[in-house]
Amino acid sequence: MLAAEATEEILASTGWFLENAWVIPIVPAVAFVLIIFFGKKMPMKGSEFGVASMLASLVLAVGAAWQWIQRVDGVSHAAHSVAEEGAKHGAPFVAPIIREWTWWQSGGFEFGIGQHIDGLALTLLVVVAFISSLVQIYSLEYLRGDRRYTHFFAALTLFSAGMLCMVLAPNMVQLILGWEIMGLCSFMLIGHWWEEEANSRAALKAFFTVRVGDMGLLIGTGILFFSANSWTQEHLGVSGFNISGLSAWAMSGAASQSALTWGAVALFVACIGKSGQFPLHTWLPDAMAGPTPVSSLLHSSTMVVAGVFLVGRLYPVFWEGMKIGDTNINFIVLIGGITIVIAALLAFVQHDIKKVLAYSTVSQLGYMMLGLGAGAWLPAIFHIFTHAFFKACLFLAAGSVSHSGSHHSFDMKKDMGGLAKKMPVTATTWIISTLALAGVFPLAGFFSKDEIIDNVGHNGYNAFMIVGLSGAFLTAAYMTRATYLTFFGEARGAAAGEHHDEHDAHAAHDDHDAHVGHDTHAGHGAHDDHGDHGDHGPHESPKLITIPLVILAALALVAGLANATPFGSNWERFKKYVEPSSEYVVAESAMASGPGESIVLPAAEEGAKKEGCAVVDPEEGKVCYFPTVSHAKFKWSKAALSLLIVAVGLVSSWLFCVQYYTRRNRRLVGLTERNVVLRGGYKVLWNKYYLDALYEKVIVRAVAYPISRAAYWFNQNVLDGIVNAAGKISRRVAGWVYRNIDQRVVDGAVNGSGAAARGTGGALRPVQSGKVNQYGALLFAAAAIGALILVIINT
Amino acid sequence: MLTAQFLLLGAVLFCIGIYGVLARKNAVMVLMSIELILNSVNLNLLAFSVRHGSVDGNTFALYIIAIAAAEVGVGLAMVLLIYRNRRTIALDDLSEMKG
Repeated sequence: MLAAEATEEILASTGWFLENAWVIPIVPAVAFVLIIFFGKKMPMKGSEFGVASMLASLVLAVGAAWQWIQRVDGVSHAAHSVAEEGAKHGAPFVAPIIREWTWWQSGGFEFGIGQHIDGLALTLLVVVAFISSLVQIYSLEYLRGDRRYTHFFAALTLFSAGMLCMVLAPNMVQLILGWEIMGLCSFMLIGHWWEEEANSRAALKAFFTVRVGDMGLLIGTGILFFSANSWTQEHLGVSGFNISGLSAWAMSGAASQSALTWGAVALFVACIGKSGQFPLHTWLPDAMAGPTPVSSLLHSSTMVVAGVFLVGRLYPVFWEGMKIGDTNINFIVLIGGITIVIAALLAFVQHDIKKVLAYSTVSQLGYMMLGLGAGAWLPAIFHIFTHAFFKACLFLAAGSVSHSGSHHSFDMKKDMGGLAKKMPVTATTWIISTLALAGVFPLAGFFSKDEIIDNVGHNGYNAFMIVGLSGAFLTAAYMTRATYLTFFGEARGAAAGEHHDEHDAHAAHDDHDAHVGHDTHAGHGAHDDHGDHGDHGPHESPKLITIPLVILAALALVAGLANATPFGSNWERFKKYVEPSSEYVVAESAMASGPGESIVLPAAEEGAKKEGCAVVDPEEGKVCYFPTVSHAKFKWSKAALSLLIVAVGLVSSWLFCVQYYTRRNRRLVGLTERNVVLRGGYKVLWNKYYLDALYEKVIVRAVAYPISRAAYWFNQNVLDGIVNAAGKISRRVAGWVYRNIDQRVVDGAVNGSGAAARGTGGALRPVQSGKVNQYGALLFAAAAIGALILVIINT
Repeated sequence: MLTAQFLLLGAVLFCIGIYGVLARKNAVMVLMSIELILNSVNLNLLAFSVRHGSVDGNTFALYIIAIAAAEVGVGLAMVLLIYRNRRTIALDDLSEMKG
């Protein structure tokens, strides 16, 4: 009992940063307004607001994360002393810090806004604030002299505000708000150089493709709200938008299976759109039309993981809706698995360095989805964490290459090669990040990706474990190809110091696919002072670019140690602090707080049963917030297999590149022309599986053409018919009205009144003789008649 | 009672005045006839005043005398102006107000 009291005392401790985490997105939102209104007048054109606000957000997020760690430590320490007596089977429940205020009311519905801080939210908060800060610092140099420099920083800052707002959303309404802000900013930033038509097309494509998925978000939220609202109101006193409420509802066993399934499917469609999953991944490579910092921040490390975050956030809904607990293939696993392979294959045929990275991002997002779909929640979230660092680093390195090495070109085959000696810092950071992405021990990617693959197999999805392993092989191979083409071999084009005319270069590879991945044209406009760095050939980038690169590469080296499963459970910090507990929690205490108050923490359930949440439905009065997930036990034998596959991928790809690109081996060069199978495969890949053609030529045509034809028919026959008929009818009515009413009644009245006035005038005219005597006679006659009437009346 | 004779005299004077206003062509004669009408009214007022034993009628009669003096002044001035312009004061010639 003493221990239990101590538990509550420690549990009640939160901290300023945790209580006020809602300030984190407010800071960049305010900065956005300041940049828009005062940015152009500031000495640094508004960028100082952006950088300062991101650094402030980072400080707040790190403070909150620190206090969260203390909070979890306190709870688990206390729980441990309790656990001496009773058997514990999982981590103790650490309540998230939920604060909610009423935002607006409509028709009896109340929409809240506030914060929902737990390990998952804090992970994303720290990552987003951190990457945003570095990318903004990088952009100071990369976009120097751009014509819309201030607006760029405004949009970047607003994006960060939207992402942070979404990450700490306590309910679906705020989540949608942040989600849509990000979509808008993504559109603005992809189309930053909209003078180039390809760029604005790419922006529109991204916007509309994501929009298709966003329908699912609204529909799914609606389905879940109307199914869950009464239950959550009754048991927890929160609305059906509340994320904790939805989680508890999904795990309660009271939820209808069909509502859960369709809600989960609809929400996952939104995730497919946002996170670039097959078959809606086509927008993401085109989104590389934006400036490189944008690709680095939005389209690799933060915004595109929003879909993964949504699945992770509402994991109980997906768990129950998709029946992840079973080992049958479900929707999420299927999409994730397909995405890994098809995107990785596409990365092989790209000439554009940023497109390689874009397909790599799609593929890695597939890993995260695969992990989530297969019940590997923690490895998937951990992969978000590690992937953010090395993928941001890769993109920034690619930007650095184009900025200082290849004369604003992104074409690996034409303008790069042999840059490792010229740009040592960029090359080193790139190679570290590449190895981290490939999953080489002990870099960051190994610990997260290998965990995903391992757990997918552990949870019974054996076929998808093989998919994951082949994806690892492909990742290693295509990244080696990109590395070789960029940094090794012979220098070509701009990398060799050639100062060719950019427009010629572009005309040369003007294939059917609009080359949207080039900053070049806009860079041309932005960098009018070409004398600065254009004519001296490739060289290392300035400090503002290399310092973020070095920081990110350092994290790509060590971030994996945050959850280093191979070194024992003491190293599994991420698991301890981020993974929610699957304990049964007493319902009343969990949600007893009113709006704006911090929640009183419930004591962890003592002596819990062996069966966890999602295995057995909670008893009356208790709720679950997270399903019981199992973790694979790490075995070096399994890790060795995947490391071997990665090594084979790296080495074989390297040897192939040396033979193919440098030595020009006759047996390899031109193989795709000679071999029918390879040529067919190459054509399919080069045309991106014809998905774009399918969307634009078939689906859009199938939808838009009938609609336009129907609209034309409707216009010609129905609308024009109505208009014509209305015209005829009104003409007839007007004629009748003219003849009968206007001519007879109105004119008759006018003429009649005139005639009457004239007649009376004529009749009265003799009276006005002008003779005073006559006037007097009339006067007296009238007086006499009046007198006579008076006399008659009175008598 | 004596008042009946006063009223009768007033009525006679009124009728003479009416006749003068309507029948005479000379503007001065018309003005004199108007005076007669006013004075007949004065007689009536005094007769009723005597009959009811109040001084209201007398007061009104005094007012009317004062106003009649002013009216004659204005009227004679107009006649003088008309004469100066037209060299005649025959009312039949003054038909400017003909509508």
